Amino acid sequence: MKYEMVIGLEIHVELGTKSKIFCSCSTQFGNKPNTNVCPVCLGMPGVLPVLNEKVAEYAVKAGLSLNCEIAKFSKLDRKNYFYPDLPKAYQVSQYDLPLCIGGYLDVSVGEETTRVGITRIHIEEDAGKLVHTQDGTLIDYNRCGVPLIEIVTEPDIRSAEQAVEFAKSVRNILLYAKVSDCKMQEGSMRFDVNLSVREQGAKQFGTRTEMKNLSSFKMLQKAIEYEYARQVKAVKNGERIIQQTRRWDETNNVSVVLRSKENAHDYRYFPEPDLLPVVLNDEVINSIKTSMPEMPKEKKQRYISQLSLSEYDAGVLTANSQLCEFYENILKEFNDAKTAANWVIVELMALINKSDTSIEEIKITASSMAQLLNFIKDGKISGKMAKDVLLEMFETGSSEDEIVKSKGLSQISDAGELEKIIDEILKNNQASVNDYHLGKKQAMGFLVGQVMRATKGAANPQSVNEILNKKLNN
Amino acid sequence: MKLCDMSIYELSEMLDKKEVSSVEISKDVLSRISKVKDICGGYLTVLDENVILDKAKEADSRISDNKRKSKIDGIPYALKDNMCTKGIATTCASKILENFIPPYDCTVYEHLSNAGGVLVGKCDMDEFAMGSTTENSALGCTKNPWDVNKVAGGSSGGSAAVVSSGQAIFALGSDTGGSIRLPSSFCGVSGIKPTYSAVSRYGLVAFASSLDQIGPITKDARDAAIILDEIVRYDNKDSTSVMVMADYYKNLTGNIKGMKIGIDMAHYDGLNAEVKDAVFTALDDYKALGCEIVDLSFSHNDIALSAYYIISSAEASSNLARFDGVKYGMRIQGGDIIDTYVKTRSEGFGSEVKRRIMLGTFVLSSGYYDAYYKKALKARSVIKNNYDEAFKKCDIVISPTAVSGAFERGRKTQSPTEIYLSDIYTVTANIAGIPAMSIPCGFTKEGMPIGLQIAANSYCEQTILNAAFAYQNSTNFHKQQPNLVKEAK
Repeated sequence: MKYEMVIGLEIHVELGTKSKIFCSCSTQFGNKPNTNVCPVCLGMPGVLPVLNEKVAEYAVKAGLSLNCEIAKFSKLDRKNYFYPDLPKAYQVSQYDLPLCIGGYLDVSVGEETTRVGITRIHIEEDAGKLVHTQDGTLIDYNRCGVPLIEIVTEPDIRSAEQAVEFAKSVRNILLYAKVSDCKMQEGSMRFDVNLSVREQGAKQFGTRTEMKNLSSFKMLQKAIEYEYARQVKAVKNGERIIQQTRRWDETNNVSVVLRSKENAHDYRYFPEPDLLPVVLNDEVINSIKTSMPEMPKEKKQRYISQLSLSEYDAGVLTANSQLCEFYENILKEFNDAKTAANWVIVELMALINKSDTSIEEIKITASSMAQLLNFIKDGKISGKMAKDVLLEMFETGSSEDEIVKSKGLSQISDAGELEKIIDEILKNNQASVNDYHLGKKQAMGFLVGQVMRATKGAANPQSVNEILNKKLNN
Repeated sequence: MKLCDMSIYELSEMLDKKEVSSVEISKDVLSRISKVKDICGGYLTVLDENVILDKAKEADSRISDNKRKSKIDGIPYALKDNMCTKGIATTCASKILENFIPPYDCTVYEHLSNAGGVLVGKCDMDEFAMGSTTENSALGCTKNPWDVNKVAGGSSGGSAAVVSSGQAIFALGSDTGGSIRLPSSFCGVSGIKPTYSAVSRYGLVAFASSLDQIGPITKDARDAAIILDEIVRYDNKDSTSVMVMADYYKNLTGNIKGMKIGIDMAHYDGLNAEVKDAVFTALDDYKALGCEIVDLSFSHNDIALSAYYIISSAEASSNLARFDGVKYGMRIQGGDIIDTYVKTRSEGFGSEVKRRIMLGTFVLSSGYYDAYYKKALKARSVIKNNYDEAFKKCDIVISPTAVSGAFERGRKTQSPTEIYLSDIYTVTANIAGIPAMSIPCGFTKEGMPIGLQIAANSYCEQTILNAAFAYQNSTNFHKQQPNLVKEAK
């Protein structure tokens, strides 16, 4: 018997607004504990929330970029539960009338493309953070009131790969839309997985479990694989799956029970009386729509039609908003789009992948890379030299100019200078010249090699060929 | 008459004419406090005399420079102790906040301070404003100045008692289901609950956010107009706040000829005869002033009180959840966090507060939400519609404020539901969000004041004030003083 997994994701993303959702405190990450706080986000007696308009705007952008319908009328609700990181003992969230509804995203794994439905996106406030120390637990309320969106998908995902691909795609799109920095390591993007298994082809869903707070793609993948295996094994043993909330234990790579359904919270949602409903008209929604940056799908089409990139190249570049931005910045100073694409995708990506970093962390600037490509184009250095220079730029962060100068790399394209060297070579290699004239065309290769050796590779190979051809055939 | 027994209007005239100083008024208030505070209570905190007199001196120097800021510049007043005051304890009469000193001011206090008002102290109340007698105070003991064996009403009992006994010229109270009007009725003073959203709730410790509203308790309608002019202001810190264009004092005409008064005869079925007579006599007075009586028949009389207790308790259960011992206020350390919550909240809250939290938690629980909370919201829209319809036929609705005059202390504390009935006439104004005022309209045989409630459509405070002002121009119930005050002279 074969079992398939059925997965729905809930993705929490911190919005990149400057101030918090209900007060004017900063959302800056990494500040000294309890410095980005005020009576409002600390939930002190008598204070009232005022919705930051930017939060609604950013959430609408997220919704539009994920093909959602934007609700003209949505409201905020209180989700009540006690926890020390939640100062009001309720979280302001959205319950039955979220801001965005009914979106989707197409996800490709290998040859197969699947449409994953997005049930809803709602806005809510983040909680603080508990810091456990030897002397007890401390609370940092800096994160309290940082705006979040929660993206909830339909149970349309069928594999860990699809889930990860979907998550990466969402991240990329939100980065494009500039609504979040999506920094996983800072907790700006977190995943909850709802997973059940059923016999392949079955219509009914199995009982699901929920795994909370997965904070990287790797964790997402591992947790799904583990939970799938656990459930399949249980079902095969004739056990019943129990509806429960589980936690992923990163050190031991297992999922463990957090609480079962009987102990599930009753959040006692009810409309937040301190806030008015969010009412948006077509005009507002359209003005947000027109202010949105180009999304990856459109960008890819434009790269193919306007920049004549291959579908593959356009796809690779647009799959990563930062790579795209880097690429477009190169094009500001270097005008051969195809060559630039080639260098970014083949050479730069190879270096990035090999060193296990990411585009946003590299030391090379787009401008510096553009100059390097201009050097090749102007014949100042050879493509082969450029690869070495790029490697050094990548490793040291020095500019292309400094490296070329310090290594004495500069291509000899000057015909006069080259002719002198070539005359010298021809004089010293009469045997090869004779061979060439006798029809041994490979002698040409030998002579080119001699020129390159004499110039330590600095000769422009194209010029060398031209001059040699001219001299030998005269 | 002693200075402390005069109205804002009278004192303001005298201050303008430099016949009296703010220091003199303040000293008179302080001397009254020292005479009666042990008899009838009223305050939880009285500020240091020097602090009060310094403010009074500042007002006096403005007056001598002819730079008086407003009609309340130099007037001593009190705030209910659920309004946050920077650096001054704000307890909500609860053990859980006994030592809480807010680092911020509520908006109404900012307005009154900017207008030059002299804060004297913070008033006793039912714990977290839950109650109708002020007997649910964990920190104070307030009695009715007209008869110290009787309750002052609640929850703003302290605010009404201090105004009635000359311990402040005026006070602010808060009203969630009648908490300004009921004690005003019991203590023989005038108290108005403005339209929901007219006065900022920022810094008012929330009981039920969709019902709470701050309003003045004063000696008469004219003083109420003076205070509303200072506190009805749009506030960008309160999302539910609304900009209201009004000039209440200036537009007090006293002419109410042709005004249509709606009454629902069902309000008088089985009602205490003294109260009934007093209200009917008042209606005759209104007719004599040129008003017309219109019969109304509200369909919500049976459901309003239940809807009110469901909605208010639901919101309270959530609003009071933040008092968990983690961040401020009382903490009783337990073995773990849950134990700390349980111990702190069990010890910190009084029994009425706990009763409402449990009720509110219950009606919001899954499985009960639809049967209670959702149904209460439906009742709420019925009540709103009923008032919308009523105000097509009339300008104001008149009813008793309470079913009786003030009753004996301790008598009803054993039966919470009997006490809940005290709010039967007042809760609908909160549910519908409309303004409503209580003014004195007579006395029981025992000599306890009786209150007349005047309600009007949203943002029609001016209509209410005019109706009350006209009535007070032709009657003198509002000028009567409790024996306690007469003796204090």
